[in-house]
Amino acid sequence: MSIAWYLVLSGFIFCIGAAGVIARRNPLVILLCLELMLNAGNLALVAFSRMVGNREGQVFALIVMVVAACEVVVGLGLIVAMYRRRVPIDVDEVRELRG
Amino acid sequence: MLLEQILFFVAAAGAIGGALGVVLLRNPFFSVLALVAHLVALALLFLLLRAEFVAAAQLVVYAGAVMVLYVFVVAYIGGVEETVGGEGLIGRTGPVFAGALLAELTIAVVGSGLGALNTRGAHVPAGFGSPGAIGKLLLEKFLIPFEAASFLLLVAAVAAVVLASRRRGLEELGGDELPERAGRAPLPTVDGGDGARPNVEDARPIPAGTAEGPGDPTVSRGGGW
Repeated sequence: MSIAWYLVLSGFIFCIGAAGVIARRNPLVILLCLELMLNAGNLALVAFSRMVGNREGQVFALIVMVVAACEVVVGLGLIVAMYRRRVPIDVDEVRELRG
Repeated sequence: MLLEQILFFVAAAGAIGGALGVVLLRNPFFSVLALVAHLVALALLFLLLRAEFVAAAQLVVYAGAVMVLYVFVVAYIGGVEETVGGEGLIGRTGPVFAGALLAELTIAVVGSGLGALNTRGAHVPAGFGSPGAIGKLLLEKFLIPFEAASFLLLVAAVAAVVLASRRRGLEELGGDELPERAGRAPLPTVDGGDGARPNVEDARPIPAGTAEGPGDPTVSRGGGW
């Protein structure tokens, strides 16, 4: 398979994730869509690593996975804190910081 | 060669189907399950790209641990159904924006004329992405980023404990809303905020679309987040 196939697939997944981030209102699903976008980036990194025959892109993908795990932990902690304070689980209702 | 192509298209269909499922399914629990399917298909793609260790880490860490965390939180806060595609300007802008982004990315990848993209990749030795090779790279060349990543994980764990703890963190700001402390006297409120209401029971379920925010409708909306 040509590397371009993997890159086009990565672009597809990234765009689906971006559409989800924009269109969905549940912060849990928005976090899931962020995961989709990060995974698309991971796929592109690993595909480029295969293309140039260099392992360092795979290390980069592993670090991205660590950062994604941290983001998930903090995001889920925020969602649980929202639930504890009875804030509706809906990003349109969280408008305290809106100007 | 033929087997590789068959595996690629099966995995690509699984990955795109899982991604569409995450975005289009209404129940967040099903979205999480679709993401698990997406991650498994993506691990197969990583295997095709000779990244064995990344594929294994993807399966164990992502599809195993992180998704279990998601399932716990979805089960805790309850699956809130919502409409997909949404009303209003934002709901219509999302797919249009995604389509424009996809067209741009595809033009950038395919139309770039980069001859290197059409290759099947460089010749790599056996054990290209094996745990030994990746681990040697992580512990020798990338030791500082490796340790920084571990420190980042520690900070994130502490942040999650502080954010989601019951009696510290954000709870101090919002007053006492815990069910096991509902029988006690409510905490005195300074500003008449939304916290520390004595009627804890009847305010518990919040419809997802209410504009009043939690609890007392007389409290201004600025009392929430």
